[in-house]
Amino acid sequence: MRDQRLWTWHVLAGLIILVLLGLHMTIMHLDVLVGIFNPRDPHPIAWANVAARARMGFFTVSYIVLLGAALFHGLYGFRNIVFELGIGRGLKTALNVVLVLGGVSLFAFGAWAAWAAGTLARTL
Amino acid sequence: MLDNKGHPNRLGIWGWLGGGRWGLERYLYTLHRLTGLGLLLYFLLHILVTSARAFGEQAWAASMARVTGGLFVIGEFLVFCAFAFHAANGVRLVLVELGWAIGNPIEPVYPYRTSVHEQRPLALGIMVVAGLLVLAGGLDFFILH
Amino acid sequence: MTTPANVTFRIRRYEPASQRPPAWEDVTIPYADGMTVLDGLRTIKETRLPSLAWRSSCRMGVCGSCGMFINGHPRLACNTQVTELGTSLVTVAPLPNFEIIRDLVPDLRSMFDAHAALMPHIIRDDVQEMYEPTGEYFQTPHELEQILQFSYCIKCGCCMAACPTVATDPAYSGPMPLAQSHRYNADSRDGGFAARTQVLATEKGPWKCHYAGECSQACPKGVDPARAIQLMKRQLVFDYLGLYKQPCPAKVVAKPAGITRRADVPEAPAATI
Repeated sequence: MRDQRLWTWHVLAGLIILVLLGLHMTIMHLDVLVGIFNPRDPHPIAWANVAARARMGFFTVSYIVLLGAALFHGLYGFRNIVFELGIGRGLKTALNVVLVLGGVSLFAFGAWAAWAAGTLARTL
Repeated sequence: MLDNKGHPNRLGIWGWLGGGRWGLERYLYTLHRLTGLGLLLYFLLHILVTSARAFGEQAWAASMARVTGGLFVIGEFLVFCAFAFHAANGVRLVLVELGWAIGNPIEPVYPYRTSVHEQRPLALGIMVVAGLLVLAGGLDFFILH
Repeated sequence: MTTPANVTFRIRRYEPASQRPPAWEDVTIPYADGMTVLDGLRTIKETRLPSLAWRSSCRMGVCGSCGMFINGHPRLACNTQVTELGTSLVTVAPLPNFEIIRDLVPDLRSMFDAHAALMPHIIRDDVQEMYEPTGEYFQTPHELEQILQFSYCIKCGCCMAACPTVATDPAYSGPMPLAQSHRYNADSRDGGFAARTQVLATEKGPWKCHYAGECSQACPKGVDPARAIQLMKRQLVFDYLGLYKQPCPAKVVAKPAGITRRADVPEAPAATI
C-alpha cells in the first residue's frame, strides 16, 4: 500500500472527525452547557432523543461518515504503532488483512445500524 | 571491510520516552499514541453497544443499562479527556506536519532556534484549549448532571 | 558549575572477540581547563585504557565523526565541554539505534544505505552540462535560503540516535536521510522530485515521523531535520492531491557578452585531470 496516499487520507479523516466527533461530543457531553439536538429529553441518550436524531437524514449520513472516517483513522493509527515496533514482513501482511477485513465488517455493521435506526424511527 | 553484525543497540520502546533532549513534543507524541489507542478501544466497543438502537427502544434501554453506573461514568469522562487532548494535539499536528506552523528555513546561527521553538507557543496554546475542554466536560459530567 | 579537580568517565566498553556483552568501566582523570569529552577520552587512551576505540577526526565539530551518547543525550564529543554537563560523572556510550562495532564505535552503514536510497544528489536531464559545465545554474538568494540550513548536515547520526521511530523500527529511513532528500527536492537546480517520490511514497518516506522534534533538538549544527521532513510531507501530500507541480530546474546562466578579463587577474592554470 502506498503510504503517501494512506497518510494523506489519515489526515483528511482526522479533520472530518474533528468536526463530526466534536459535534457528537457537544451533543452528548456538553449538553447542559450548550444544549443542542436534544429536543425531547434532558438526557442525551434517552430513547426520545436518539429516535429524534435518527429521524434526521443529516444524522444518519453524518454518523455513517464519522464511522468510516474514525474506523480508517483509528485502525491506520493502530497499524502504524504496531508496524513501527519493527515486525517482520509476514506479520505486516497478516495485520493488513485483519485490519481491512475487521474495519470493513465493522463499517458495514455500523452503517446498517445507522440506516436501520433511521428507518425504525420514522415508523414511530 | 566489516563482515560481522555488530552488537544490537536499539533503544526500543524506551526510545519513545527518552533518548533525545527530553522535549515537550516527545511526550505529546507518546500521549497522542496512548489516547489514540484508548479512543480506538472505546470506539470499537461503542459501535457494538450503540447499534442496539436499530432494534428499538427496549434493546436500546437494555444496552444503555449495561453501561451505566459509577465506573462507567468515570471511564466515559476519561474518554472525553482523551478526545479533548487527541483532537487539540491533532490540530497542532496537522498544522505542524504540513509545514505551516514551523517557520521558514533560516541560516542556522548559534544558539539555534529550530522549528521546535517556533511551534512551542502553538503546543502550549493547544494544551490550554484541551484543558479548557476537559474542565467544561468535567463540569457537565459531574456537577451539572 | 565550579571546576572539578577530577572527572570520572563511565565508558561503555565492548570487545566483540571477548563474547561478553557491553559493560561499563569507570576511569577518573584530573580535569584540565577547557576539557571536552573528546579530550578526556584521548587522555584516558594515552594514560589508562590504550585499547579504547572511538571515531574522531577534526575535533572542532565539522566532520561529524565523534557522535556519542553522553550523559543520556546524543552529542558530538569534541563539542561537549565537561563543565557544561553540570556533573563530574561523564557517562559515554556509543550512539544508540546503531549496532556497536566496538566500544564507542557505531555501525553507521544502515544510515548511509538509507541516505543513498533517497538519491541525495542533483538529478537533471542535461547530463552533458553537468559534466562539462558552460556556466552557472541560476539560483536567487531566496531559493538558496530554502536549502541552505539543511545543507549544513555533517551526517553525525545524533538525530538518528534521538528519533523515537528509529529506536523501534529498522525499516524507517530516519531524520538525516529524509532531511537530505528534502534538501535536494527543494533545490531550485534539481529536477528529481518525481524520481525521489517513487521511493518517498513508500514506507521509506517521512510517514513514520510524528514530530517528536528530538532530531532537531539533538542536531549539533542547527540543521533542523524535523523542519525539512514536515516541509517534505507538505510537498508529497500536495503532490498526491494534484496541487503541487515541480518547478522547472534552474537554467544555465550564459556568461554576459562583451566581458573582458581585468589585466591584473591571471588566467586559471590548465586542468590536470
